[in-house]
Amino acid sequence: MKPGRFTYHDPTTIDELTGLLASLEDVKFLAGGQSLMPMLNMRFTQPDHLVDLNGIDGLAGIALNGAALEIGAMTRQATLMKSGEIAEHLPVMQAALHWVGHFQTRYRGTIGGSLCHLDPSAELPLIALLCDAELTVVGPEGERSVAMGDWPLAYMMPNLSEQEILKLISITPWGGHHGFAFEEISRRRGDFAIVGVGCQLAVENGSITKAAIAIGGADQVPYRLSEAEAALIGQPASEETFAAAGEVARQKDAMSDAYITAAYRQRLANVLTKRTLAAAAQRATGE
Amino acid sequence: MSEQLKDTRDITVTVNGKSYQEAVETRLHLADFLRLQLKLTGTHLGCEHGVCGACTILVDGEAVRSCLMLAVQANGREVTTIEGLADGEELSPIQEAFSEHHALQCGFCTSGMIMSLTAFIEENPGADEAAIREAISGNICRCTGYQSIVAAGVAVAAKQAGGS
Amino acid sequence: MGMRYFGTSVQRQEDKKFLMGQGRYVDDIEFVGMLHGAFLRADIAHAKINGIDTSAAREIPGVHAVYTLDDLGDPYPNKPMTTAYASPLLKQTICQHLLAKDEVCFVGQTVALVVAESRHIAEDALSRIVVDYEPLPAVADCRNALDADAPATHLGLDSNLVGNFYGKFGDIDAAFAEASHTFKVDFHEHRGGGHATECRNIIANYDAGKDETTVYLTTQAPFLIRRLMARYFEEDESKIRVICPDVGGGFGPKNGPYAEEFVLAIVSKQLQRPVKWIEDRRENFVATNQQGDQMWHMEIACEDDGKILGARGRVIHDMGAYVPYGLLLPATSVFPLPGPYALPALDVTLDAVFTNKTCTSPVRGAGRPNAAYAMERLIETVARGLKLDPADVRRRNFVRKDQFPYTTGGTLPSGDPAVYDSGDFHSLLDMALENAGYEDFKERQAAARQEGRYLGMGISSCIEDTGFGPYEGVKVKVQPSGKVLLQTGAASQGQGHQTVFSQIVAEELGVDIDSIVYQSADTGTVPHGVATAGSRVTANAGPASQAAARLVRKKALKLAAEVLEIDEDDLEIEDGIVRATAQSGRNVNISLGDLSFKLTPLMNGKVPDGFEPELEATSFTSSTGVPHASGSSVAEVEVDVETGEVKLVNYVIAHDCGKMINPMLVDGQIIGGVVHGIGNALFERMVYDENAQPMSMNYGEYLLPIATEMPPFEVLHQETPSPHNELGVKGAGEGGTIPAANAIIAAIENALEPFGVVVNDHPVDPQRICELLDEAQARSGAA
Repeated sequence: MKPGRFTYHDPTTIDELTGLLASLEDVKFLAGGQSLMPMLNMRFTQPDHLVDLNGIDGLAGIALNGAALEIGAMTRQATLMKSGEIAEHLPVMQAALHWVGHFQTRYRGTIGGSLCHLDPSAELPLIALLCDAELTVVGPEGERSVAMGDWPLAYMMPNLSEQEILKLISITPWGGHHGFAFEEISRRRGDFAIVGVGCQLAVENGSITKAAIAIGGADQVPYRLSEAEAALIGQPASEETFAAAGEVARQKDAMSDAYITAAYRQRLANVLTKRTLAAAAQRATGE
Repeated sequence: MSEQLKDTRDITVTVNGKSYQEAVETRLHLADFLRLQLKLTGTHLGCEHGVCGACTILVDGEAVRSCLMLAVQANGREVTTIEGLADGEELSPIQEAFSEHHALQCGFCTSGMIMSLTAFIEENPGADEAAIREAISGNICRCTGYQSIVAAGVAVAAKQAGGS
Repeated sequence: MGMRYFGTSVQRQEDKKFLMGQGRYVDDIEFVGMLHGAFLRADIAHAKINGIDTSAAREIPGVHAVYTLDDLGDPYPNKPMTTAYASPLLKQTICQHLLAKDEVCFVGQTVALVVAESRHIAEDALSRIVVDYEPLPAVADCRNALDADAPATHLGLDSNLVGNFYGKFGDIDAAFAEASHTFKVDFHEHRGGGHATECRNIIANYDAGKDETTVYLTTQAPFLIRRLMARYFEEDESKIRVICPDVGGGFGPKNGPYAEEFVLAIVSKQLQRPVKWIEDRRENFVATNQQGDQMWHMEIACEDDGKILGARGRVIHDMGAYVPYGLLLPATSVFPLPGPYALPALDVTLDAVFTNKTCTSPVRGAGRPNAAYAMERLIETVARGLKLDPADVRRRNFVRKDQFPYTTGGTLPSGDPAVYDSGDFHSLLDMALENAGYEDFKERQAAARQEGRYLGMGISSCIEDTGFGPYEGVKVKVQPSGKVLLQTGAASQGQGHQTVFSQIVAEELGVDIDSIVYQSADTGTVPHGVATAGSRVTANAGPASQAAARLVRKKALKLAAEVLEIDEDDLEIEDGIVRATAQSGRNVNISLGDLSFKLTPLMNGKVPDGFEPELEATSFTSSTGVPHASGSSVAEVEVDVETGEVKLVNYVIAHDCGKMINPMLVDGQIIGGVVHGIGNALFERMVYDENAQPMSMNYGEYLLPIATEMPPFEVLHQETPSPHNELGVKGAGEGGTIPAANAIIAAIENALEPFGVVVNDHPVDPQRICELLDEAQARSGAA
């Protein structure tokens, strides 16, 4: 289990990177390495070129730009977890980060790496989807913007050409008082989720005014439970309402593999949708 | 092939307080660099896919899996391994506690366990049992059943909190 | 002198090196000129090999050699390995060639070896070897292996039956004829691999000057491997030396022979270079023996009160593709079946079958956890069928304290009758139940159910035959420095041998424990040993340590009495000094080191008259029979009926391994063992597809127990000495694992009793629990 041969590149600027990308073929990008390194060690992937993004200036950091929270793609998961800005403006992300791997992997793992790897059960793509993130990607042709909803093209395939990298994740947090929740079911602490659900909910006078629900792990890519989101508006924040939303989640298509059936994923999508909505409602209506 | 495309690099890295200048093959992961090149064999490889935690070391004070970093990425960094914890023959509080609580049997996962707990308790003095359990949830031990490792971690965390 | 070491929780002598990163495992050892091997392994479960092209691999710079079976040279192409444990019950003893000959029969089988400057280069070369495979149908599920239309697991086989093993005693027909009730139950048991954190590693180093091969090996049985190698290579045993440095866990799979160490020994000799092979984790998942599957079909006969009259049934046992380990695993799955119960009659037949999967051999507990689960399933089935308290059913059937020694009627693999030496199963169960809060549990359970929380409690009782013979050799020798050399043949994989045998010797000889120098598991230097397996070392090397130390003590006292001109009875030994007792009225002394010096004179000296040189003794004293440890476990769980998740709330185990040498180490063995059993109950599953292609080859898919998922463990002890050795000790290595699965599964069933869920198969995962809940609901809806 030793990596095959590759040529290593460690550009220090975006310009240097884009220059490189224009000239190289068969490239893998090394961000935090918590998914790529195992694949290199196992020779599941044997690229000719490995481009290390860790030395590039300006790819990491968290900043508030107007109403938007701008997160550099190479920002470590541990940094996000400890960030005061994230705690204040995007607590649902912080709640989800708690479930990402283990503290040792969060020191290396990055938000951008997670979004580009796009494991269907990963927490951060789900949160980005929940929060309507806008992504900035950069390549030899310059920058372009991609809405998170347009990011997953297929199973573990982001909307990114081979010569582009993800640069920035911009999220405009919900204003006003609202509740949020994130829960997932995994076999053991730190394992990939079987299913994870995140939601945000605004409630006024006992009735729901705004709702967002994102589900990961159930299908090939994370998705928003748009039908239920629309149906929740104007409904009372009650068990029956949430049960109906859960039932919508259960009806969605789900994937199956050697370990987990589609039926079990649907069951969990239902249960977690119900539970996270209830928890979010409690936060939304609590003190 | 241009100079830039050679697959070795010169790096400078500080390990356990000692500076090394080494030429490394770029595909060498950090654990193999420590073991094969620096002969620091206290860092063990249990899975080489980042799950068992046996290879946990500190890079700039942060606990990381050394099988999931390349040696070149340690350039300019400060690395601490299990060999760097004791002060001469004097064991660190966690090392001591491991022996007192019989928190090791075969010793193979022990380096990683101790490095994880060293980093975690440094950052979270006074951590309770649930937090200690979570801190080592990314370290697999097949011998102890974890209870004694948790007890050792809790004892040290309580002592650190009391002392600070 | 009072007991200073024996029975006390002495901190381990072994610890410091490990804590400082100074352990020396095989992979930490280097030799000048050492080369690195990587094996090409079958990636298809069953195929004919039409050809292997290694030419491209040989061209890679840094590659020294590439070997197929033919490249190893004569006689190896026509010399398959032999099984470690031959048996007349083996109908087809098929063992593999060192590298595949013309057929591969499981994914992971050795096909070729590359030897290179580095492991990296060796792996580069592996990917350049081209094997022309012609796929053949494979058997993936042992349940189908004997079907009329099952494919042959090996070309040319008429049947996939390896052999049968039987457990029969008493009048089974009468038992079933007289019974008030009979119940049937079927269950599937799966146990995965050993998963020691250190994989199997080897260095073979041939010394041409001595014509001797030294093998550094992660084995549990260095003397067994030396013997098997010597036989296979037709060499004298003195030409092969097997050394176990520090070994990172054993758990069974490191106990038997593997092709890799034979291949490396051959190659080191051919290349005249040290060659290292380090098994990586992906290889470990397919190349290292696992325990595999068993399908049980059982029937039990009992009276109204749950008193059992007899049990009968059939077991299909998955052997994997070859039989490197004989029938020991099937044997240990059947002979311990009666467990702690006075079972009047038994009739069980086990069909051991070939599949196209990784070979099998014992994993912690061997077949005993399977047998214990089977018996405990029967107890649960009776309790459920008759609506009795499962604790009462156990009490009614336990062998009573006054029945020891108790002859079960069954037979050990040795052919000897199975006899339980000592114990008190009733008090063990009571102790466990009391500490688990069994009495008021029903109230807590009812209250929780009101809140929609489902708590359950499960019991499991077991015995463990430990310490099987024949012996472990121990040598004790006082050095002129006063240090005491303690050598054992037994290899340690973390059990703490150094500490416990040092405790025994220090106690017996009267020296400080820190004056003991420990050496073990090197066939070149230490007395003969057998194996660290089956919880056998303490009950063998323990008595031998005591006996050897006692002989040394006698010799020391005899010589000291002469030197000091005093009666032997007026001497005592403390902290390595032989001195006159206070009562003797004399004030003289001499150190053990000085006595050793007198017995090892050089050219100008003379050995005292009537003495042999050296203050040393070797003993092979062992237990005179089989010490049986016992235990009762109680698990408490909470099941989430929406998600099927099981939270382990509490786990109490009352355990009796006779006299404890070091209670802290016993607790470590037991808790570690329970966690392995929890893995078997809930987490560990080696998944294969229908073509016997392994699916779970990493630790994200094969789930080992981790700290956050474990309950608090409470270990309670009862010390019923074994009459089979003077120390009164029994083995403790597997008593945690053996009963664990049923305690957990029964607790889940108890939690889900309102739904009528019966689990039976293990491991069980949340998804399966949901399916069972749905099935139960469908049944009750239909009713």
